[in-house]
Amino acid sequence: MATEPTSRPRKAGAFDIRMIIALLTGVYGVILTVMGVAFYTEADRVKAAGVNINLWAGIALLIFTALMVLWARLRPIAVPAQSEEPAE
Amino acid sequence: MQVLADANLRLDASPIDYIELAFYFVLVLGIGYFARRQVSSSLDFFLSGRSLPAWVTGLAFISANLGAIEVMGMSANGAEYGLPTAHYFWIGAIPAMLFLGVVMMPFYYGSKVRSVPEFMLRRFGPTAHWVNGASFALAQILIAGANLYLLASVVNLLLGWPIWVSIIVAALIVLTYTALGGLSAAIYNEVLQFFVILAALIPLTIVGLYKVGGWEGLIDKVTNSPGGAAQTHSWPGNQLTGFGSNFLSVLGLVFGLGFVLSFGYWTTNFVEVQRAMASKSMSAARRTPIIGSFPKMFIPFVVIIPGMVAAVTVTELQGANKQALLDGKPAPSGATFNDALLLLMRDVLPNGILGVAIAGLLASFMAGMAANLSSFNTVFTYDIFQTYLVKNRPDRFYLSTGRVVTMVATVLAIFTAFIASSYSNLMDYLQTLFSFFNAPLFATFILGMFWKRMTKAAGWSGLVFGTAAAVVVFVLNESGTIVLPGQGSSFVAAIAAFVVDIVVSVAVTYATKPKPDSELVGLVYSLTPRESLRHATTGEDAGWYRKPVLLAGIAAVITILLNFAF
Repeated sequence: MATEPTSRPRKAGAFDIRMIIALLTGVYGVILTVMGVAFYTEADRVKAAGVNINLWAGIALLIFTALMVLWARLRPIAVPAQSEEPAE
Repeated sequence: MQVLADANLRLDASPIDYIELAFYFVLVLGIGYFARRQVSSSLDFFLSGRSLPAWVTGLAFISANLGAIEVMGMSANGAEYGLPTAHYFWIGAIPAMLFLGVVMMPFYYGSKVRSVPEFMLRRFGPTAHWVNGASFALAQILIAGANLYLLASVVNLLLGWPIWVSIIVAALIVLTYTALGGLSAAIYNEVLQFFVILAALIPLTIVGLYKVGGWEGLIDKVTNSPGGAAQTHSWPGNQLTGFGSNFLSVLGLVFGLGFVLSFGYWTTNFVEVQRAMASKSMSAARRTPIIGSFPKMFIPFVVIIPGMVAAVTVTELQGANKQALLDGKPAPSGATFNDALLLLMRDVLPNGILGVAIAGLLASFMAGMAANLSSFNTVFTYDIFQTYLVKNRPDRFYLSTGRVVTMVATVLAIFTAFIASSYSNLMDYLQTLFSFFNAPLFATFILGMFWKRMTKAAGWSGLVFGTAAAVVVFVLNESGTIVLPGQGSSFVAAIAAFVVDIVVSVAVTYATKPKPDSELVGLVYSLTPRESLRHATTGEDAGWYRKPVLLAGIAAVITILLNFAF
């Protein structure tokens, strides 16, 4: 099907599960961090035994997201050249 | 299945929690949509075209098992028995997972079978195949229904949706992504679920520990609570097994749980093995359960500790309530240990992280059901439909069959979910009975793989009599002839099934004619060329950190250290 054989393996693009995980944890991280910084109430503090859990969980998720993106960037999925992948 | 009692479990979810939940579901369906573009043959649909990297299949391997029963059940066990619950992970999973990766996977992956029952067919012929395939398919539908019902009852309690609405909505979501993307969609969602559930459970554990004054505080409080200091050490676990004697308790744990039950489950249950079969090379297939064992050994900390914390801090579970429940009586508050995780979430998680926690729980329930569906449709389509009903059609026909079967299975699961909601005890018994199918399976598999003389008739008769032995022990225990209060009865049933299976198989083998050697190549160890059991060590399989046996050794050492430490 391919008009010219490419020696360079194609990248799988958006459908890399690592990017989807990063999308989810990134959005959750942002929401939680904002909740922890801007909407931290006394009731929340009492509930979670004095820990600002939204803030800490948010920061942890953002760090995790960064690592996931980094991994996906450094080691992209290579689609083997010989396989019959439908063209995009 | 009286999972959740009438205690007040309504979580105070705010719009932000709902937004988080909705975002999760958008991604889940998005994965189904994207995965669909990769599906062009039945092998793509049922086994992801054998193309996935080992870390993906490894995490899915864990996630497929990290369903409703695991998360809620193990935190309930944590609340009831304390740290000995960790045996379900350390003794009850890791050794079997490592064994699967090191010893058994070369046969599964190397023989190119598409399912565990298909291995039965090639090794033992149609009768054993039929027994195994049909019992597995039936069990999956029932378990999918049980998962669905649990999911719906949690949604009902947490958010107030009617049970039937939650059942149908959840079923439709799972159906959409499994029917579109097949196993790939199920596996990718399992990986996503793995991270969401960790994002939910780790903060819950940390806040819980803060609340009781750290690890020391927890040990202190549990020691002074009903159940006492025995709950703060994993061994010997007498409360868990129900054996008074330490020696018998350890023996029951090691042989019943650790050897028969767990090996039966992890090495022959197609829900698990299917994930490894979907990986892209022999090396990746062997690494799948081994990679999975690393997170598996730490999951007890984020499941059991919240349970233990709940049992000493949540008003409805602590003190007199815990004592009553341990004595087998209903707690004055009306709560049960199964509520432990939800009650702790209610007590300590503020809005924001609460939404993540709800998403994590629902994710785990849905992934459990999707795993049941995706293994059901593979076994049904390949092992029942293609083998016995409609043979020799083009591949495209079986691909669309798979999609239709997924839909039918979902409808059946909705029915079983409704049965579960009205006959709760019946479903409990059925699930227990199906767990008995696994114990003799392992005996048959291991004999069949290493003993070339074992005959076809021995294959199926061992299974049938082994299962019957387990059922007899179960019935004797239920009727009060033998009494083992904890989980000990299922350990004994498993041991009985295993021993009877071996005895019957050996006896029948010597009375019947063996298969010729030529038909057993690739299926029996002594007749398989060493070359075909080996995996590539070049390219993407190169490097010491990709050596299955070395990784398994590291996992085994860490697990042993964990047993000494706790």
